[in-house]
Amino acid sequence: MKTTDLVIIGGGPAGMSAAVAAYESGVKDILILERDSSLGGILQQCIHNGFGLHKFSEELTGPEYAARYEARVKELKIPYKLNTMVLEINQNKEVTAINSEEGIFTIQAKAIILAMGCRERPKGALNISGTRPSGIFTAGTAQKFVNMMGYMPGKSVVILGSGDIGLIMARRMTLEGAKVKAVCELMPYSGGLERNIEQCLRDFDIPLKLSCTVAEIHGKDRLEGVTIANVDKNRCIIPETKEYIECDTLLLSCGLIPENELTKACGINIDRITNGADVDQNRETSVEGIFACGNVLHVHDLVDNVSEEAETAGKGAAEYILNRKNKSASIRVKTDGKVRYCVPQRITDIGDTTLFFRVSDIYKDVKIIVKDGEKEIFSRKKQKVAPGEMESIMLKGDILTEVDSGEITVGLEKLQ
Amino acid sequence: MYDIAIIGAGVTGAMIARKLSAYNLKICVLEKEEDVSMGASMANSGIVHAGFDAVSGTLKAKLNVKGSEMMPQIASELGVPYKNNGSLVVGKGSDDFQTIKELYERGIKNGVKNLQLITSREDLLRIEPNINDDFDCGLYAPTGAIVCPYTLTIQAIGNAMDNGTELKLGFEVKKISCDNGIYSIVSDKETVQAKYVINAAGLFADEIARMAGDDSFKITPRKGEYMLLDKECSSLVTTTVFAVPTKMGKGILVTPTTHGNIILGPTSVDIEDKDNKATTQEGFDIISKQAKERVKNVPFGKTITSFCGLRAVGDTGDFIINSNLPRFINVAAIESPGLSASPAIAEYVADMLADMGIKMTQKADYDPYRKPYNYFTKLTNEEKNELIAKDPDYGKIICRCETVTKGEIKDAMLRNPKPTSIDGIKRRTRASMGRCQGGFCYPHIIEIISEMLNIPYENVTKFGGESFINLGKIKEDV
Repeated sequence: MKTTDLVIIGGGPAGMSAAVAAYESGVKDILILERDSSLGGILQQCIHNGFGLHKFSEELTGPEYAARYEARVKELKIPYKLNTMVLEINQNKEVTAINSEEGIFTIQAKAIILAMGCRERPKGALNISGTRPSGIFTAGTAQKFVNMMGYMPGKSVVILGSGDIGLIMARRMTLEGAKVKAVCELMPYSGGLERNIEQCLRDFDIPLKLSCTVAEIHGKDRLEGVTIANVDKNRCIIPETKEYIECDTLLLSCGLIPENELTKACGINIDRITNGADVDQNRETSVEGIFACGNVLHVHDLVDNVSEEAETAGKGAAEYILNRKNKSASIRVKTDGKVRYCVPQRITDIGDTTLFFRVSDIYKDVKIIVKDGEKEIFSRKKQKVAPGEMESIMLKGDILTEVDSGEITVGLEKLQ
Repeated sequence: MYDIAIIGAGVTGAMIARKLSAYNLKICVLEKEEDVSMGASMANSGIVHAGFDAVSGTLKAKLNVKGSEMMPQIASELGVPYKNNGSLVVGKGSDDFQTIKELYERGIKNGVKNLQLITSREDLLRIEPNINDDFDCGLYAPTGAIVCPYTLTIQAIGNAMDNGTELKLGFEVKKISCDNGIYSIVSDKETVQAKYVINAAGLFADEIARMAGDDSFKITPRKGEYMLLDKECSSLVTTTVFAVPTKMGKGILVTPTTHGNIILGPTSVDIEDKDNKATTQEGFDIISKQAKERVKNVPFGKTITSFCGLRAVGDTGDFIINSNLPRFINVAAIESPGLSASPAIAEYVADMLADMGIKMTQKADYDPYRKPYNYFTKLTNEEKNELIAKDPDYGKIICRCETVTKGEIKDAMLRNPKPTSIDGIKRRTRASMGRCQGGFCYPHIIEIISEMLNIPYENVTKFGGESFINLGKIKEDV
């Protein structure tokens, strides 16, 4: 069996960034396996700008951002295989993949980094009643048709869900001559970035209807229209608010799901909230030597954060391969519910540790607090937090040394 | 001129066509849709019923039990996914147990083998550990099974075509006349002439019969809505779990599919419109309420799709298989257990034809076998590598969720009955049938269809007609 020190599954922003970081940390024997025909992942179809503000202090398009990492991968001569899909990984760190040239092959790795990204929640998962015509797409699929293939999936559009891809596609379809009639959002707030609501909807006078959903789909062959309706507190449709909108296309931006089929089949522990692996500060999963980063771990808003997380995983994997340290601590990171989830979920080595988390609702004038039992070990005031924007805090090593209950809880408290 | 024209390429028409293709007869199947298996044969529970439910003495009872017995061999010959998973009726309390005993006795009368009465909760849980708390009795039918209904239909038609049967798609019958013992079947496009006609037109069988001059029965559509759960949930149940039947029908069942998903449904609502396949909020509510009653922790959050089928319900309570006109056979009202009965229905119809005097001699070169679809994942690694070496497209995964290769899609497009749309490819290869429902593979499948059929990318449809995926190129209107 062929052996490789580090196999990285996925050649998108996470996989490339992890590869570069691992290389720079001293691991030279790396292989990236990418199922698409080029590196870059989903960034290839994200031709809008806004990428790299944090990482490069520049506004790049998706392909430009990806190109910077691709150039670095090539410069370092890190090997990669395209059009190659990984079929299975196991706890012995054997990676089985398939492509047209080599058929099915297995590689024995010393460490693996999972960087498979995420996928969109499809229509079928939403239980919208009505017929099943063509003309219903996830926003990302429509983005691929328009930006990569050069085709128009529709001309008269309703968008369900105000996730970032939905907002971006509202603008994109408008610029291509389509009429976007409404963006409906089930929740009372948008899950997208504020800047996208401004630049993609308000600038084009596209109405954002909050607490509103698609109640029914109409049309036999191609979509002919949708019935939209407002929802109550329990997200149930209020029948008297039903309204018919004629349209030939329904785009869905109703959430992203980390693609963890390989992870689950390998028996790696999954966090029920993130739908990604349960990891420590190095992004090491419950299986020693298998790491995860990027949207396969938890869904990010900004690719800059993906790159940063992937660097952490790349360095962690390099450390694992080159000089495995004993785990010096065992702290569980819990959340209070107002904070929905936190990554990492475990701290196994004391040092300055950044926690990334999302809240479950919009909260104003709050204090982010971290508790060790009843003892408050960290707090920071925040004017507003929203589910659509990932938050982070840094806990100093010397604070973590003091933790004696074996677990800390990240939460929110209303400011008096 | 054909010896026999079969109207309708659902499972009934398909199984009849396959049966008759073994004889030296010139046969044509006429189907109004762009593919076969587009009606109730596409959207049903996929159950091969053991046969305890149908009223003894009816055609339903007789053909169900016989058809179920024939199904394993037919499925194996045609490469159709089939699994003998057993059926389980679950009940609670003495009233339910009374009904279950009646089912048991009826089953024995109908000739169902190895039926077991279950009288304790422990025995129930031994078969199905996720049955809800208060259930304490049941009927276990080890001969109950599941089959992939549309693969069965596609493969039966394909096998009939391999053996010389013709298929005309997009042939919507508008008029039927009979002169000098020859039937003329007219569509907008062409006229087909045949000596014998078999009316297997499903929901529209009453209208077809009327066109020929037989006004003896009426078909009413009965809606059945379903929800399909992710393969991740496959351990929920292993048998097909039924409720104790009531006047309202068999209720919502919870069953695995042959592909490892879990299917919940069907609802049962009589409607007027034969085209109304819309799912409803009420339907979702009924399915989730009833499924929850019987099975613990049904993961509704793992729903990957929902759909609706229309049963062709007759006005006699039984299958309507008869002949009121010379050489014209109705095979109508084939509602549940129609799928289970279909192999036996085909034999029954063949016997009717023989009785009518048609000369039926066996074809010397009749071949009952078909290569399965969606075969790649079932091969050993050595076999896979051999295939990839021969055709590198087998190394290209198009559908990630169901691991379908470009090689299989191309192969499916070259085999009869040939698919021309995304859904046609989906039903054959499972590409786009997984948890992402085509999010990733649509653009690639369209490319393959466009390439193989040599049509523009934007002309590719989801299921024929006007169901286009793209409405043009970008910048066209600018």
